[in-house]
Amino acid sequence: MRYDVVIIGGGLSALVCGTRLQRSGKSVLLVSSGQNAMHFSSGSFGFLGRLPDGSAPDDLIDSVINLPEVHPYRKIGPERLRTYAGQTIGFFESAGILLHGDPTHNSYRMTASGICKPAWLAMEDVSLFAPGETPSGGKALVVTLKGFTDFNVPFISSAFTKMGYACRCVEVEMEEIARLRKNPTEMRSVNIARVLEGQQALDRFISGVRGKLKDEDTVVLPQVFGLKDTSPLAAIRSRLPAHVHFVGTMIPSVPGIRSQMCLKSAFQAAGGTFLPGDTAVRAGFDSTGRVSSVYTANLGNTPLEAGEFILASGGLWGKGLEASYDSVKEPLFSLDVDSPRERKEWYDSDFFRRQAFTGFGVVTDESLRALKGGKTVSNLRVIGAECGGANPLEEGSGAGIAIMSAFMAADSILGRI
Amino acid sequence: MIHNEHIRSSNFEECIKCTICTEFCPVIEVNPLFPGPKQAGPDGERFRLKNSFFFDENLKYCMNCKRCETACPSGVKIADIIHSARMDYGTVTPHLRERILAGTDMMGTLARPFAPVVNAVAGSKAGKFMMDKVLRIDRRRSFPKYAAHGFNRWFRKEKAALQDRFASQVAFFHGCSTEFQHPEVGKAFVEVMNAIGVGVRLMDEKCCGVAMISNAMWPEARKNAVHNLAEFRKTGLPIVTASSTCTLTLRDEYPNILGLRNDDLRDNIVIVEKFLYDMVDEGKVKLVFRQDYKAKAAYHIPCHMEKLGWSIFTRRLLEMIPGLDLTVLESGCCGIAGTYGFKKENYSYAQAIGQPLFDAIRAEDPGFVVSECETCKWQIEMSTGYKVLNPIVLLSEALDLEKTRMANEK
Ligand SMILES: Cc1cc2nc3c(=O)[nH]c(=O)nc-3n(C[C@H](O)[C@H](O)[C@H](O)COP(=O)(O)OP(=O)(O)OC[C@H]3O[C@@H](n4cnc5c(N)ncnc54)[C@H](O)[C@@H]3O)c2cc1C
Ligand code: SF4
Ligand code: SF4
Repeated sequence: MRYDVVIIGGGLSALVCGTRLQRSGKSVLLVSSGQNAMHFSSGSFGFLGRLPDGSAPDDLIDSVINLPEVHPYRKIGPERLRTYAGQTIGFFESAGILLHGDPTHNSYRMTASGICKPAWLAMEDVSLFAPGETPSGGKALVVTLKGFTDFNVPFISSAFTKMGYACRCVEVEMEEIARLRKNPTEMRSVNIARVLEGQQALDRFISGVRGKLKDEDTVVLPQVFGLKDTSPLAAIRSRLPAHVHFVGTMIPSVPGIRSQMCLKSAFQAAGGTFLPGDTAVRAGFDSTGRVSSVYTANLGNTPLEAGEFILASGGLWGKGLEASYDSVKEPLFSLDVDSPRERKEWYDSDFFRRQAFTGFGVVTDESLRALKGGKTVSNLRVIGAECGGANPLEEGSGAGIAIMSAFMAADSILGRI
Repeated sequence: MIHNEHIRSSNFEECIKCTICTEFCPVIEVNPLFPGPKQAGPDGERFRLKNSFFFDENLKYCMNCKRCETACPSGVKIADIIHSARMDYGTVTPHLRERILAGTDMMGTLARPFAPVVNAVAGSKAGKFMMDKVLRIDRRRSFPKYAAHGFNRWFRKEKAALQDRFASQVAFFHGCSTEFQHPEVGKAFVEVMNAIGVGVRLMDEKCCGVAMISNAMWPEARKNAVHNLAEFRKTGLPIVTASSTCTLTLRDEYPNILGLRNDDLRDNIVIVEKFLYDMVDEGKVKLVFRQDYKAKAAYHIPCHMEKLGWSIFTRRLLEMIPGLDLTVLESGCCGIAGTYGFKKENYSYAQAIGQPLFDAIRAEDPGFVVSECETCKWQIEMSTGYKVLNPIVLLSEALDLEKTRMANEK
């Protein structure tokens, strides 16, 4: 089975890259084992949350020079990064995902436990706050659903209090939601979102909040609306006589899941082929060391052939790398991995300190082509969390790297670089 | 025991509690009694292993569509865990209704001689009323019609003697619906295979057992499985099927639920669309299509084809037909899940699950729908009025069989 490009992975980087290629006339196949990091994301994208010395970056693109030379951002280079950062909002809009934020500067988002973290761009139900937002003096009603524990109301209201709001916390009680409690593990953001997808349930919720509103000018809600599309968000915004902030819940992430589904639909609408629930298990190389084919668990002996291959398998977390006691390997192509030889250098025994293993990835050349035994594999590019030289968790750069490297790999295959 | 062996292979402890499976389960969306894949599967398993008291009979609402497994990021075999638990802890024994619905081959054999009568009764108001009241088979459901003459009889009479002249051969696992309700599927299969120069053998097959598995008839399911596996080993030929559900059952449910090993055969069991595509892709076979063929079709990917990951073969194959305007429908469950939707207590859930698909078909307004699954066919035809063709039937109509035969003559 032949395509122009075969991509291994189905996360943010794979879908962005695949859609860009397919829209430019390439035939693209994407094979994806399971779901991916978007399902657990905050609903906001990080580009560069902090610099290696711990300080906060100002202009994001100018700050990249402070990163080590092996970092994918350094390989993409500031000029291209600026162009790509400028294209990001438009690209996502074309897939039906509205992002907001400043493409070259960080704002802040609030986590489920009321902590403010740097964020680059965010989905429409993730409120962003300007750095050091000045006390507004407003009044906020912090609302949760009775029985929902993945949204920490005391912490969130204290965070809003610090921002200068006078907060009042209330619970909305709904019979449909209470029913979820029958199974204690099902009281999660996505289950609630599914219930509130129903028009009647949503109406009841909105009137519930209206009934509790006194003189507040701001309402703070958990991100449990709009699993399939954003229409519940619009309904809430238009029918509550107050400014509405949506704040993160514990995982899974409703905006993340919705956006992943939008991206997948955009890829398929462009004509791309998506193989869900299948795993690339082995690869074939030709005599010059180029990848010639990939075999998957489901397709068995039918090879997937292509001129270009892209590895977007998500690093250790996505199973794009495999760790054993004494080594870290890239299982599909046996590519070079940038993990230190000594196991004790992989991690810090203090869990909350910088962990080296969260940054392990495949070693690539200047144009993100993979290295195998020190030699470049000329038709295999590595993107997203699988790409070495960075530590997305530490840097707060996960989505930025995924999107920037995806654009760059697509452009280089299209001969634009 | 089977169960212990199963746990090791299904890894319920690999669940990372992300609830993504729940997001993809069509049942939990419409039926509040069903605990959902995560709770019914890996979460419940932890408790059940401690004490069978935690077994919940509502696990029976799982349709075994496997959409949860396709979505799980950790590869947990959720539906296998659910059905193994039903097998190990379930106390409800199958009643007459379950035996009637699941006994696809026995019932077919009994019904066929009286096909016109059975069809008329099953289709009549009075018959439906009786089935509804006595058997709790929902009266709103239309029954697939029994064909008066089976596929086997046609094959023996018309085709069996002609098969020896082909150098390469396959064994055709035709399944119950081809034998009893849709012999045209089997006929198309034989015509197409013969046209590309491949001979067809039939085996002494028994129902794959899928309906027995979902109706908790475990000993019967195992007996059929043991018999079929022995037949497969005896022929030594590639086992080619025309139904996605039979295929998944033979390949995956035998080892994963019934605990019967088939590693030696697994790669040899394929659905005809994959078989054909591979032959064409490897350049071993040429397909010549009719110039005057024109049709507009919508492809509905059955759940089990999705789980097999093979819809791509059907799609690529159908895309070769010059006169076919093909749309692939958004993948979603039709709601019937074999015998599930026939039961009175499931009828309204089944229709609610299938609603988005029915709407999509109506919006598309194709000449007909294509699908590899016979129960999807019944459900879609009953609920939308659009005709549903098995892809092999469509292929046999679109191919110029004579020119294909000539192109493949050695
Ligand atoms: C829990 C978590 C939360 C995060 N939250 C954020 C956030 O809020 N903001 C942010 O900016 N970044 C976040 N990140 C960082 C994240 O890494 C990036 O944002 C980005 O989503 C990574 O995308 P990716 O495509 O590189 O990898 P992934 O999303 O991990 O996707 C990898 C895909 O490859 C598939 N795969 C792997 N091997 C194979 C194979 N052999 N065959 C077929 N498929 C295969 C996997 O199944 C998976 O679908 C988070 C990361 C994690 C782990
Ligand atoms: S999708 Fe898989 S890992 Fe996630 S909760 Fe369900 S079974 Fe567990
Ligand atoms: S097999 Fe289908 S019905 Fe059963 S739990 Fe999984 S998704 Fe739900």
